[in-house]
Amino acid sequence: MSIFGAVLAWLVDPSHWVGYAGIPTRLLEHLYYSGSALLVGIVIAVPLGALVGHTGRGGFFVVGFANGLRSLPDLGLLILLVLLVGIGLLPVVVALAVLAVPPLLAGTYAGVRNVDRSVVDAARGMGMRERDVLLRVELPNALPLLLGGLRAATLQVVATAAIAAYVSFGGFGRYIIDGLSVQDYPQMASGAILVAVLALIIEAALAGVQRAVVSPGLRAPSGRTRPPPELDTKLPHTPKADDRPAPEMAGVNPS
Amino acid sequence: MIWGWIPRNGALILGRLGEHVLLSLAPVLIGLVLAVPLGWLANRSRVARSILIPTAGVLYTIPSLVLFIVLPGILGTKILNPINVVVALAVYTVALLVRSVADALAAVPSMVVAAATAMGFRPTRRFVSVEFPLSVPVLIAGLRVATVSNISLVSIGAVIGLGGLGSLFTDGYQRNFLTEVITGIVLSVLLALLADAVLLTLGRLVTPWSRADASAGKSA
Repeated sequence: MSIFGAVLAWLVDPSHWVGYAGIPTRLLEHLYYSGSALLVGIVIAVPLGALVGHTGRGGFFVVGFANGLRSLPDLGLLILLVLLVGIGLLPVVVALAVLAVPPLLAGTYAGVRNVDRSVVDAARGMGMRERDVLLRVELPNALPLLLGGLRAATLQVVATAAIAAYVSFGGFGRYIIDGLSVQDYPQMASGAILVAVLALIIEAALAGVQRAVVSPGLRAPSGRTRPPPELDTKLPHTPKADDRPAPEMAGVNPS
Repeated sequence: MIWGWIPRNGALILGRLGEHVLLSLAPVLIGLVLAVPLGWLANRSRVARSILIPTAGVLYTIPSLVLFIVLPGILGTKILNPINVVVALAVYTVALLVRSVADALAAVPSMVVAAATAMGFRPTRRFVSVEFPLSVPVLIAGLRVATVSNISLVSIGAVIGLGGLGSLFTDGYQRNFLTEVITGIVLSVLLALLADAVLLTLGRLVTPWSRADASAGKSA
């Protein structure tokens, strides 16, 4: 009980919520490292996964590459980079981006690859160019798996960003490292709890985003489809027109 | 790279490697032993499932470093006790495998279960000799993910002074000694690849029927 009390006391101490070592500052630092790494990871993994998924060539390479990256120990990589290029934001972002790439790559690749072939054929049959097939048909249909990959990547990066403090950076890891060096367990545990709470909040927020951006047609298992947009505009709009087909369109939709 | 450093410190490196193997694989075994009955329960009872699966999801969300630090407060152990790492990683393994086991058991064709029942198998024996073996491929897939991620997570523990090969990273950092860091990374990656290959082979050995299916499919 006394340990929990001490940790709680540390967390609610107003002096820990202000200044350059305060919780808000550390939160922004933590988010800054995580966000930069995720951005780098997305820029690398999503186009690569989409391209390989679209062409169907190189799937074996993608799986091997992702698994290879997954087996790299992050702390070792971070320290290696710091010893090679010196302390800076680059080693932190690279080491964390390496964590973000495998789930993003696997999610994008699997998402694009698993789009119903008849949907892709229909898009080609309508005269779409390859670029439009990928951007307007395959990627929107791949969103559930792609966002699943993004959630996994974000969670891992946010959780691991604490190791940036080991090479003299900030973030919530600072409390863990500093607490350890002065044998201040409440400070260490508070840092750990802050990381965990941040991870849980971000996970819940991304689950909400996923629900909001994924097309309702992909969520309904019964294959409920919306009428094509050009027909849709001729129909009187009801407030929920986006969610369900108007009754008179039912015959047009494939069951 | 100072190659001579490696043989001169062979005993140290092997000791760290042994520690790493123990810290990453003991939790896999503990997690497996706990996850099979829990997964069975989650598959049998709707109530158990609605409690176990979301709990596993939340546990899996908690970062490993956090568990390494918070567990001493809960268990009353010292912060540098390796038990913390074993318990933390066992929690992850269980969280990951409960879902695998429950899904794998749910995927056993109901006709197979009915046939076993009709042949006079009692529920316990039916589970041991029919349902569980059929769930092994999914279980092995879960085990591979758990093992590889445990091997990579153990080294994070080095940040707080625990961590097998991870201590080669922190030691190399403090002494600005690249060779030690690279040795740790290479051994850690090799260990992960080896463990993955062993599990893959083991999975093939214990499910001979899946190979028979594959070859029969080819010849047909």
